[in-house]
Amino acid sequence: MATTTTNTTALASQSWYKRNEIAVTPWLFLIPGIAMFALYVIIPIFQSFYLSLFEWDGLGSLAKNGEYVGLEHYERLFTKDRAFNISLWNNLKWLVFYLLAIPGGLMVALFLNQKVFGIRLYKSLFFFPFVISQIVVGLVFTWFYDPQFGLSNWLIGLVGLPPINILGNPNTATYGIIAAGLWPQTAYCMILYLTGLNAVDPEQVEAARLDGAKGHKMLWYIIIPQLKPATFIAFVVTIIGALRSFDLISIMTNGGPFGSTRVLSFYMFEKSLSEYGFKMGYGAAIAVVLFLIMLVFIAYFLWSMYQDEKAAKH
Amino acid sequence: MRSMLKTSVAALATAAVMATGAFAAGHAEPLTGDLRINLDTSNPAPRATMEAMIARFQAKHPDLNITTTVIDREAYKTQIRNFLSADAPDVLTWYAANRMRPYVEAGLLEDVSDMWAEGTDIAQELASTKGAMTIDGKQWGVPYTYYQWGIYYRKDIYEELGLKEPANFDEMVANCEAMIASGRKCYTIGTKWLWTASGWFDYLNMRTHGFDFHMQMARGEIAWTDDRVRQTFANWRRLVDLGAFVDDHQNKDWQQSLPFLVDGSAGAILKGNFAVAPLREAGLTDDQLDFHQFPSITEGVALAEDAPTDTFHIAAGAQNKKAARAFLAHMASAEEQSIINNGENLGQLPVNANASIDDDKFLKEGFAMLSSNSPGGVAQFFDRDFPAEMAKAAMEGMQEFMVFPDNLDDILERLESVRQDTY
Repeated sequence: MATTTTNTTALASQSWYKRNEIAVTPWLFLIPGIAMFALYVIIPIFQSFYLSLFEWDGLGSLAKNGEYVGLEHYERLFTKDRAFNISLWNNLKWLVFYLLAIPGGLMVALFLNQKVFGIRLYKSLFFFPFVISQIVVGLVFTWFYDPQFGLSNWLIGLVGLPPINILGNPNTATYGIIAAGLWPQTAYCMILYLTGLNAVDPEQVEAARLDGAKGHKMLWYIIIPQLKPATFIAFVVTIIGALRSFDLISIMTNGGPFGSTRVLSFYMFEKSLSEYGFKMGYGAAIAVVLFLIMLVFIAYFLWSMYQDEKAAKH
Repeated sequence: MRSMLKTSVAALATAAVMATGAFAAGHAEPLTGDLRINLDTSNPAPRATMEAMIARFQAKHPDLNITTTVIDREAYKTQIRNFLSADAPDVLTWYAANRMRPYVEAGLLEDVSDMWAEGTDIAQELASTKGAMTIDGKQWGVPYTYYQWGIYYRKDIYEELGLKEPANFDEMVANCEAMIASGRKCYTIGTKWLWTASGWFDYLNMRTHGFDFHMQMARGEIAWTDDRVRQTFANWRRLVDLGAFVDDHQNKDWQQSLPFLVDGSAGAILKGNFAVAPLREAGLTDDQLDFHQFPSITEGVALAEDAPTDTFHIAAGAQNKKAARAFLAHMASAEEQSIINNGENLGQLPVNANASIDDDKFLKEGFAMLSSNSPGGVAQFFDRDFPAEMAKAAMEGMQEFMVFPDNLDDILERLESVRQDTY
């Protein structure tokens, strides 16, 4: 009797599950991931947008204490808020100059890609700045730039130039911070390229050498094309790194002097979460703008990955 | 309607009197249950002070189960929002005046007007700060300490140059000229975290136009482009143009500005009394370091001072409000305030008028100044008196002004637009 029941249920479930097994199973495995991703990434995106339509100080509930203001925050951001303009421009500077980490990393990687005694040690020393915390990098560079006892002015003095206060001058402060950020980021790109160089096909190099290619021609036509996957990843992490720059700014200048080194992520934090920030809605509006900028790059990355997949299938 | 109001007022008063009675009879009726206290006094000395004070309260009420959480002072400023609404303690530290306003308006702090009612010890002994604790006619906490601001200067250098404490702004500027002629800077300051610059604004503005004008500005009733505000900045500019302030102050914090005073390359600093301890530790003796009140600028304007007050509050969501009130009363007593504010502990001024002041030159001078030579009033401090958004923008503008005084018009217009959005 018992056996019969089990058989019937097994048959019944088999008939449905077996038929759809191929289609359903991947989704079953994906459910935990999708649920997490939706809970922590997708839903908050829409929540941020919703929040940006309200004037709310973060105390009490949004429904009770929030005041609906529509798109007013966005209007203020783009028409009246000079701090926002400065942040936007600084984000652009970060995007452009942070990319210097890619050629920098490539150069260091090419330089270190040799077989001499102790090369592993040199490689790890070059990688070191990426291992230490950004906060420490920021502190080290703050001292380096210090106008009284910093090394930078001593170096500038060697060339015979007058001392400058890099982090105290609104025209140079952002570049000073980007330079500090380039130090660990170059190390990161270097590691990516070092692994990439391991995968370079020695036969192709050999063939090119027979054809008489050397020096920068060898690099440009033979090596770099083979490093394309590494370049792509380096590009992705550097762009994302530039857009989420926060800790260096916070530790080195705290957005100053007079707010000249703010970027969008820092400004968002200041407006909503810092000691003087009580404008959750306004902060959310800044976050939405930052998200839209990131979306441009994310869309491009996804598109090019999709293209690669398609090419791989053929 | 009117009679109903009267009755309820009468009822409130009775309740208050009864509540006072309960405090007096604190020993008779044992307090039980849990009492959770959140503190922002994370520096070693204040932390030990508070823990000892809580231990004395515990000794009085052995049946009470007290839990104390000490949070880093800076982190506390953002965490308070979360714990007040999500996981409210019974008692917490915070600041007076506008800094508590957002929490009061969101209904997160307990109305403790009953403790301040006429005839209570607190009403009599802490009267000087009642105004700073009042929002909408009610009191929302009890202060435990405050400290004076003023000019701490190198007496030995002043004597060497034949200078004396300035009695008015012209003398102050003349002193500064002499100081610069001797190859020194007049004032050291570090404006990286902005608030130090607003100390100068507080004093220059209160001395130029008085306490009431300053408070009108804090309430947003005066345009930043007003000529009177420009006058304050013009006075400030006299000092900036002299080169009175140390160079590169925009990337120093206030601690980094102290060495200039210690090594004698700057003659003075405008700061709160908390600067004394590190200056003494750095080797300055009481013969070298001295204090004077910020001198008068416009004749006839009553002198007013900054004296930031630190406070205890009860959370609206507190579980054990009875014990919380007893704790506040304990902390407000003359005896406790004398202990926690003495030189071995906080080294600040007790708010309780019956408390004794420690035998310390700076505390005595500060106490005398605040109790008898501050007829204009006592302000909290720029970023506690002005709403957060206005304060942030203004302090940034002041820092810019101190580096690029020519940008003043632009700065003031920017601040005016912030003012119109904020209030």
